[in-house]
Order: sequence, then C-alpha cells, then structure tokens
Amino acid sequence: MTDHLDGNVLAGALSEVFTTDVTAARARCGGCGRMSAIAEAMVYTSAPGLVARCAGCDQVLATIVDAGDRLILSLAGLSAIELRR
Amino acid sequence: MSFATRGFSGRRREADTRLPPGQTLVQDWPVLSAGPTPQVDTADWELTLQDETGADHRWSWDELLALGVEDITVDIHCVTHWTRLDMAWRGVSLDKLFEDVESEHEFVMAHSYGGYTSNLPLEDLLDGKAWIATEADGAPLTPEHGGPARLLVPHLYFWKSAKWIRGLTMMPDNDAGFWEQYGYHLYGDPWKEERYW
Amino acid sequence: MSAPSLASVGRSRPRPAWHVATVAETRRETPTAARLTLEVPTWPGSEAGSHVDVRLTAPDGYQASRSYSIASSTPEGQVILAVDEQPDGEVSPFLVHEVRPGDQLELHGPLGAFFVWRPGESDLPVQLVAGGSGVVPLYAMAAAHGAAADAAPFRLLYSTRTSADVFFADELAALTGPAFSLDLVYTREAPDGWPDAVGRLTRETLAARTLPAARQPRIYVCGSTGFVETVARWLQDLGHPAAAIHTERFGGL
Ligand SMILES: Cc1cc2nc3c(=O)[nH]c(=O)nc-3n(C[C@H](O)[C@H](O)[C@H](O)COP(=O)(O)OP(=O)(O)OC[C@H]3O[C@@H](n4cnc5c(N)ncnc54)[C@H](O)[C@@H]3O)c2cc1C
Ligand SMILES: [Zn+2]
Repeated sequence: MTDHLDGNVLAGALSEVFTTDVTAARARCGGCGRMSAIAEAMVYTSAPGLVARCAGCDQVLATIVDAGDRLILSLAGLSAIELRR
Repeated sequence: MSFATRGFSGRRREADTRLPPGQTLVQDWPVLSAGPTPQVDTADWELTLQDETGADHRWSWDELLALGVEDITVDIHCVTHWTRLDMAWRGVSLDKLFEDVESEHEFVMAHSYGGYTSNLPLEDLLDGKAWIATEADGAPLTPEHGGPARLLVPHLYFWKSAKWIRGLTMMPDNDAGFWEQYGYHLYGDPWKEERYW
Repeated sequence: MSAPSLASVGRSRPRPAWHVATVAETRRETPTAARLTLEVPTWPGSEAGSHVDVRLTAPDGYQASRSYSIASSTPEGQVILAVDEQPDGEVSPFLVHEVRPGDQLELHGPLGAFFVWRPGESDLPVQLVAGGSGVVPLYAMAAAHGAAADAAPFRLLYSTRTSADVFFADELAALTGPAFSLDLVYTREAPDGWPDAVGRLTRETLAARTLPAARQPRIYVCGSTGFVETVARWLQDLGHPAAAIHTERFGGL
C-alpha cells in the first residue's frame, strides 16, 4: 500500500484549517515552479502523516500530522496558493 | 461528538505488558511510506558517513557486509500505534562504522535514497543500540521495507529507523529530520510516548 | 444556459461539517459490494463527484477513517454510498457485512471541490472512465447531468469484471439516451454474445470507445490507483491535454 492517492483526499483534513475547499485551489510548487490544483498532488496516506508531493518533481508540498488535540500543517513546499474569494 | 460505532473493533489489536503506552500488537508488518519507493541495486548501493571535517567514509555493499553481520532479535514500535515483538533482524552494528571516525559532534542526520531524513543523537547509535539492517524475518529487506538496507534503532519510534539508508552526517546541533520538521518529536522515545512536538 | 460565476458557485457550495448518519437501508450492489442509504438530517446536499470521510470508533476509542464517494445525495438529508469490499481491509468489510439499518455512523463532508461536475459550466462534452467501484462518483455525475437536462454530451467507459459486478446497473441503463452513452469493457466474463474481447482495458479499446481529443472533452477518470495511472497516461498519449484529465485514485494496486 505504498501507492499514492490524489490531492482530493486532503479535502477533509484541510477543511479543518481553511474556510473554503482548497483542493480546487491552484498552488505553485516551490521546487519546480509547476502550477496545479492541490487536488492534482500525489498524496501518500500510509504514513505517520499525510504527505502531498508535486506530480511534476516529487517535492514535498504539504504535510498534515494529526496529533490528537492538535493538527500540524506544513505548506513549506509551496511557494504560493491562490484562494478564490 | 464521537461515539462508538456498533460492531466495529478495527484491525485486531492485542495488549501485552511488553507494549509501550498507546501501542497495540500486530503480527504482520505494515508498510508505511511518505513517498515513492526507491529501487536501489546492491551493486550501486553505497553508504557514506560524513564527519565534522566534511571527510567522507564510504562503504560499498560488500565492504559493509565484510565489517561483520550479526543477528538481532528486537521489538519495533511504530508511532502509528503498532508494535511487533521479537522480530528477527540481521545487520551491521553502527559501532563498526564509527570505529575509525573521530568526531566532537553529538548528533547525526540519517539520509535516505529518495530524500528522507531523520535526526538522532550519536549516543543512541553506539554501544550496540543501532544497526544498518539488511535482512528481516529471515529474508533480504524488500524495497517496501527499506531494502537493500535501512537503519535500525529499535529503542526509538520506528520512523527513526530510516529506510533506504545511504548516509550518516555528523551535526553540531540536533537539526530536525523529515517527520521531526513536520510535527513529530525530536527524540521519539516510545516508552515516554514522545510522539509529537 | 449561461455559466454561473465562480463567486456564486463558491457561495452555494455546501460547507463540510461532521454529521451523524443513520443507516436506513443496506443492500447488495454487486457480489462484493453493498449500497448504503443513510439518513443525515443535517446534510446540505453535495456536488456530483464529491466524497465523505467515514469515521468509525471502536469501544476503546480507536478510530479508523476512510473516504467514500457520494453516489447521490439530496439536500433533504439522504446520502447513498456504494462500498466495495477489500478482502483484508479494515473498514470496507465492516461497511459491507456488519452495518445494518438503525446503526449510526459519523460522516465528514461533503468534501472535494475539484473532482466534481457542475451543470451548466461548459458545453464541451464529458468523457467518464471508470474502473470497478471507481464508477461511484462518475455515476453521480451522470445522474446529475440527467437531472439537470444539461446539454453537454456525456459518455462513460466502464471497465468491470463481469455483468454482475456493474454498480448502479439499472440506474445507468435508465440514463442511457441521446445525451448519455455507456460503453462496458468486461475484464473477466462477458454476457453471452458480447461482441468484444474479454480482458483488461487496452489502449486500443480506450481510443475506440472514448471521445477523441479533437472534441476537447473534459475527462474524469476514477478507479484503483493502478487503473487511473494507466488510463491517464494513455489519454495523454491520445492527445488529451493533462489539464482536461481529472483523476480520483481510490488506492490499492
Ligand atoms: C476520494 C476517495 C473516494 C473513495 N470512494 C470509494 C467508494 O465510493 N467506494 C469504495 O468502495 N471505495 C472508495 N474509496 C476507497 C476507500 O477509501 C478505502 O480505501 C477502501 O474501502 C479500502 O479500505 P479498507 O479499510 O477496507 O482497507 P485498508 O485497511 O485500508 O487496506 C487496504 C489493503 O491494504 C492492506 N493493508 C493495509 N494496512 C494493512 C495492515 N496494517 N495490515 C494488513 N494489511 C493491510 C489490506 O490487506 C487491504 O487489502 C475511495 C477512496 C478515496 C481516496
Ligand atoms: Zn514540483
């Protein structure tokens, strides 16, 4: 079960953080500069946290760790996200 | 608002006094992976130990095995709450690798093929506490489980036992590795349940 | 029909929330799958293609959560799921065999604003490609398309083991007409007299049974990770731009 899913599967976890569904939002990869929807990232779920990687260059775009009473989110691999108002 | 779901117990979980807090016993060996599985041939495999002067100590596959393999039986504790007891491993003690390495630095970053990293104190890697493992359950490590070789540091949560190990770099400070940057504990003692920051 | 502005789509999209669902009905969908009809009084309705996260809790507090596509939902509080059993799985065997009417489940949703189809958004045709249970969100799209009497032509290529393994067989048959066509590929056993070869979907069949790139279809592909990977690659080989191909990987091999 090392195969990845699509960024669609992040919708539940990210809805705890953002007020709109950001899986449809476009974001830029900080590694290769590729612009794509969060939903198009490759997501590894059989791991200690959710790991979203760029479909272009494999760089880690985002991680979500469920620490019980806390959620630890990293978006460090993205240079920017476009959120529609 | 959670309530128990009638009839649901989940994958079979057993209790055992040898389990650290919050852990349950499994008989199988779940595969966890934060990225694509690197396929590394032993012919191309190399392990590099970089000391504080920046000098590299290198071992090919055959050179590693020539240092002497030992059989080890240990329990492993994954931070995702499963534990396997009495697991048979084979590998080379890190004491052998560090024999000729002089270093003042107290910390080590483990680097993997594929880019994974994990940080550890040097003292947790010495005195028979850590290995470069090449076999488990009596068979060579498969790529899914970190083959051809992975770090094995059974007294810490298993994310510290970096799969697809390719390098160890001495560090003056305890810089955070992959999961340690993204929310997991800098040290990770399962008996103290050091899971998250 | 004029396309609604993005702003209004955004505003009308139901917000995800946790809901308590009561199982109203369970029935066999295929030899390996069950259809669950859930009553969810607080449910806001959902866009076609979206999913829910189902969370199960054991008596000792242990929790397991999995995503399931919404086969259909109404703002009046009904959600239909179709779950295929993964033999060694933790959650799907429970949902297929253990759940019965009256049971309560926790749902988080509706989720996902990307792998969705919205009526009136475009006149371009739509090509759906399903493998096995991957048809669930695509069936929701076809049903929404039918209900909205949307003018964009729809076509579904559906790879299934046998005719008994077809999800929503009657519903799909009923939708078939000038605006929706269904192509089946049987991978294990075809009905008597079936003209095509039985076996895994091939690139040639995909090319022959889907809208050509020249018609600029919007494409939705759903199924196991391996199926989606293969089909998406072939579609690009056939000249479809990556941006036109929406994928939903269900996991597995
Ligand atoms: C957005 C989305 C929508 C989806 N929609 C649907 C849908 O509409 N219908 C549907 O049927 N499915 C759907 N899925 C798939 C669904 O979420 C589950 O992945 C599926 O039901 C399997 O879950 P499980 O708990 O039964 O299997 P899991 O327990 O997750 O295991 C899957 C496989 O891995 C093996 N495995 C994993 N961990 C272990 C372990 N610790 N020990 C032993 N074996 C292990 C098992 O043998 C099993 O074969 C969807 C997935 C996504 C991402
Ligand atoms: Zn990239």
